[in-house]
Amino acid sequence: MFQFIFRRLSLVIPTFLGITLLTFTLIRLIPGDPIEVMAGERGVSAERHAELSAQLGFDKPLYVQYYHYVTGVLQGDLGNSLITREPVMKEFLTLFPATIELAFCAAIFAILIGLPAGIFAAVKRGTVIDHSVMTFSLTGYSMPIFWWALLLMLVFSVNLGWTPVSGRIDVVYWIDDVTGFMLIDSLLSGEEGAFASAVSHLILPSIVLGTIPMAVIARMTRSSMLEVLSEDYIRTARAKGIAPWRVIVIHALRNALIPVITVIGLQVGILLSGAILTETVFAWPGIGKWLIESIGRRDYPVVQGGILIVACIIIVVNLLVDITYGIVNPRIRHSR
Amino acid sequence: MKKGLAKLTLALMAAGAISTSAHAATTLVYCSEGSPEGFNPAFYTAGTTFDATSKNMFNRLVEFKLGTTETEPGLATSYDVSSDGLEYTFHLRKGVKFHTSKDFTPTRDFNADDVIFTFDRQGNKDNPYHAVSGGSYEYFTGMGMDTLIKKIEKIDDYTVKFILTKPEAPFIANLAMDFASIFSKEQADAYMKAGTPEKLDIDPVATGPFQKVQYQKDSLIRYTAFKDYWQGKAKIDRLVFSITPDASVRYAKLKAGECDVMPYPNPADLKQMEADPNINLMSQEGLNVGYLAFNTQKKPFTDVRVRQALSLATDKSAIIDAVFQGAGKAAKNPIPPTMWSYNKNVVDYPYDPVKAKKLLAEAGYPDGFSTNIWAMPVQRPYNPNARRMAEIMQEDWSKIGVKAEIVSYEWGEYLNRSKKGEHDTVLLGWTGDNGDPDNFLYVLLGCDAVGGSNRAQWCNEEFNNLLLKAKQTSDKAERTKDYEEAQVVFKREAPWITIAHSVVYEPIRKEVKGYKIDPLGGHYFYNVSK
Amino acid sequence: MTTSTKTSTTDIPLTAPVPMTPLQEFWHYFSSNKGAVAGLVVIAIICFMAVFANFVAPHSPSDQYRDALLLPPAWLDGGNWSFVLGTDDVGRDILSRLIYGSRLSIAVGLVAVTASLIMGILLGLVAGYFRGMIDTAIMRIVDIMLAMPSLLLAIAIVAILGPSIVNAALAISIVSLPHYVRLTRAATMAEMSRDYVTSSRVIGASPLRLMFVCILPNCLAPLIVQATLGFSSAILDMAALGFLGLGAQPPTPEWGSMLADALQFVQRAWWVVTFPGLMILITVLAFNLMGDGLRDALDPKLKQ
Repeated sequence: MFQFIFRRLSLVIPTFLGITLLTFTLIRLIPGDPIEVMAGERGVSAERHAELSAQLGFDKPLYVQYYHYVTGVLQGDLGNSLITREPVMKEFLTLFPATIELAFCAAIFAILIGLPAGIFAAVKRGTVIDHSVMTFSLTGYSMPIFWWALLLMLVFSVNLGWTPVSGRIDVVYWIDDVTGFMLIDSLLSGEEGAFASAVSHLILPSIVLGTIPMAVIARMTRSSMLEVLSEDYIRTARAKGIAPWRVIVIHALRNALIPVITVIGLQVGILLSGAILTETVFAWPGIGKWLIESIGRRDYPVVQGGILIVACIIIVVNLLVDITYGIVNPRIRHSR
Repeated sequence: MKKGLAKLTLALMAAGAISTSAHAATTLVYCSEGSPEGFNPAFYTAGTTFDATSKNMFNRLVEFKLGTTETEPGLATSYDVSSDGLEYTFHLRKGVKFHTSKDFTPTRDFNADDVIFTFDRQGNKDNPYHAVSGGSYEYFTGMGMDTLIKKIEKIDDYTVKFILTKPEAPFIANLAMDFASIFSKEQADAYMKAGTPEKLDIDPVATGPFQKVQYQKDSLIRYTAFKDYWQGKAKIDRLVFSITPDASVRYAKLKAGECDVMPYPNPADLKQMEADPNINLMSQEGLNVGYLAFNTQKKPFTDVRVRQALSLATDKSAIIDAVFQGAGKAAKNPIPPTMWSYNKNVVDYPYDPVKAKKLLAEAGYPDGFSTNIWAMPVQRPYNPNARRMAEIMQEDWSKIGVKAEIVSYEWGEYLNRSKKGEHDTVLLGWTGDNGDPDNFLYVLLGCDAVGGSNRAQWCNEEFNNLLLKAKQTSDKAERTKDYEEAQVVFKREAPWITIAHSVVYEPIRKEVKGYKIDPLGGHYFYNVSK
Repeated sequence: MTTSTKTSTTDIPLTAPVPMTPLQEFWHYFSSNKGAVAGLVVIAIICFMAVFANFVAPHSPSDQYRDALLLPPAWLDGGNWSFVLGTDDVGRDILSRLIYGSRLSIAVGLVAVTASLIMGILLGLVAGYFRGMIDTAIMRIVDIMLAMPSLLLAIAIVAILGPSIVNAALAISIVSLPHYVRLTRAATMAEMSRDYVTSSRVIGASPLRLMFVCILPNCLAPLIVQATLGFSSAILDMAALGFLGLGAQPPTPEWGSMLADALQFVQRAWWVVTFPGLMILITVLAFNLMGDGLRDALDPKLKQ
């Protein structure tokens, strides 16, 4: 077992180094001069330009810059943003709770709808219910989510006025930043209605972000349920005369859930990709929007550091999924 | 366990106590277009940052009178200028209080030390604060203050004297700019002593009408009205900046009442805003100019007749309709009409392709020539769609045989290459900083700016001498005469095609009273009530 | 394959079991899936529109009718039947732009999928055939690419190359590469242990012949399925890049950038935003439906 975990972990290190190299190269290949972008029409003199680029370390040879970057990363220092001059790590930490909160609610939405829908479709296999569930989930899977976001916002926020347009909470509530999670902070503030306001701001973004994972979960649950339902032990259980719902819930579901849980774990990457578009449309102050804007502003350290952190999160989650899977399924543990 | 619970309830009660009476207070919500880069205005050049800092939190020695580009007394009640124009003595206002923040409580009022600290930090490399937080003061150096100010002397607690290296009439207007916002020396010293000087740039206390309470990155900035403000407390109790980068989302929020004032609406939405009974659509001509600069050091643009011919061949009204969708005004001078010394008598080149063709033939190009037009990759207030503008000009010029290719680069690259003069002709523009004509004419067309912001690479002795003369006197009537004459020279020599001055629109909700558009592009909320 | 003939007898109990050719068999399974057939039909229509856009579209995609700005769809008040789906802010016919846009989307899908298919097959075959260091190196690179959110990677690539439709297609093909590499490698490794490969090798077949003539045809089925699904994600990614202003540049009638350009009119003219999005959804859905059908028809495990 430990050997398996160790083997998986040892694969992570080269991947990590590869990612630092990739982000470092990518960002330096992007044409354009961050100093000029900062200065705009006003422009800076040649001397000032040289001074600034020395200050930012751009005058050193690339391998030296890379060396500084990697040693910095290993000490937890991702450099400072060129625009705000704040440490990248600090900016990331202030924005990350918003993304987590959104991704978490989206995941809850996806699971709450996707799981029962998948089970239902599998049990009623071949019926109208099955077909409509599958059609809906495939439609969800095919959704251009930026358009979906706009559509929902147009209908529910602008025309019907049921949900707020954007933001995380109504501005009349002055909530102290304690945890960075608006749901928790609004509860802590004790202000009447603050929590409800935070929830109402989360509804549309969560639905939008959760749509694709929901479709994936529903489809996975269905096919995994179908496989389990055709196993001998289920037939035996049925033959024994156990109540149908008992067979499904107690016997089938437990086994069918294992691959589903893996799939849920693998949705993290999709959630973070989707967060870029969702956050852009809803002006949600999270890391997706932060990264997109930083690319536009040529804010090298932010893009570099931000992508690195995101990639690390995905690596760690995949690793955890791998290990859990290995624990659950010995066949995988011993292969290779 | 029980103890923990009790603590939690206590915390909850405490938190509740802070935020009670939230609903009785009047809150004004401003949907800003982006996040501020930081909270020290001296570091930055973006208007978004100034709105969040200097315009509403800080004061300066002199201020712009709201709604105009003229200056009025601020933290200085008056000033005297020596006869040689080298010494400016400021008499400071008494009894001005600084804000109180979470970890700093001021013990004294504003005085001369604060003024000296503010400018010494930016100009003196030996000031212990100079290098704090990156230490680059873009506007201070950009406006040439580092070479202009020779010395700042404290005469007494309420009198400060600035000694300059040369007479510079726009100096007073410069002091009304955002980078000159006054910081508290007492706070700076306290943080330096505590070993956390960079906190000064994150949580500065200032003397302005609003004080910052909280900033949630990319989301919200919260301010409360400063009750001891020297001009009296603001009429609103709370001010919130709700950061909303997308213009259609801002408009949706305005309609839903989620914000009260929004900047930069989509031109496409203006008609609907005008018709909306809940919205008051305000507008004013902006202090900007969009232009096409010929590279006057490259053939054939070295010949004034070629420049004039192309000016005649460009149909500005088509550009105003298609690119500005009406939200612009054709420009004839390099400075906008709201600025003092604007020369009304200058006659613009009319749209006249026949005469253009003739001039071109005289210059030796009867069949035209090939050239390029550089079009900016970004949207700016003075030019909402440079590509479309370039397409129209390309079409116009082809009628007199000039074949132009449209070229574009990434923005940083674009600015850098055009500075070096790699272009034939380039589209660009300018938004004024301080309302002084010098800030347009000398910065964009002076001989010193060739190889820099003078994209026409144009150095005309007659024009430049007029500007230098106007810089050296502080007599406004005399300066006006010089600038008016300079505009005539400019038009004759045609280093640019002056294209348009854009109109600034600001929709606000009907309930909002007393809001005024700032011609310099800032957003002030001190006078607003709801 | 014997199992499949058996199942078909249960479907048609009274006729004698006639052995089907693989193609017939495939069609038999594929056509029994209504969704897949529907997808195929929609794709056929879209391809038809793309190829014959010049004849199908009522107007040119770039003609600006200055007296018909932001006209609503024909069935609404103020609509005009010569502009069935209405016009955009400069008076261009939306229907025509959508039709021409299908050309771009299909082309981008084709280019992106072909490029990543070719590169993916090569890398996957090499990795699976030679194993050892080469394999490790390739798979590490694949791991690195998989650790980045694909959209973010595509954005970074487009930012480097400059925003254009070709660069966007290239970026999409690069980010979808890992799936093809993994799939080909796994299939190759499975085939390598088969007897027929060993015997060919004993006869003296060259590695190239082994890779391309013996192994590759046997791992095509999953690749075809992946390619169909890759088509749908290519179209989605293209639209997302266009939406973020990094794809096709105006006035190209690409669906995603049409949507992005029209965004400022969203409050005033819902149709400029609704139809391009709907078009993307329908196309992507059709490819996904067909991909599902293909998978079921080509994967013997799922035939029951």
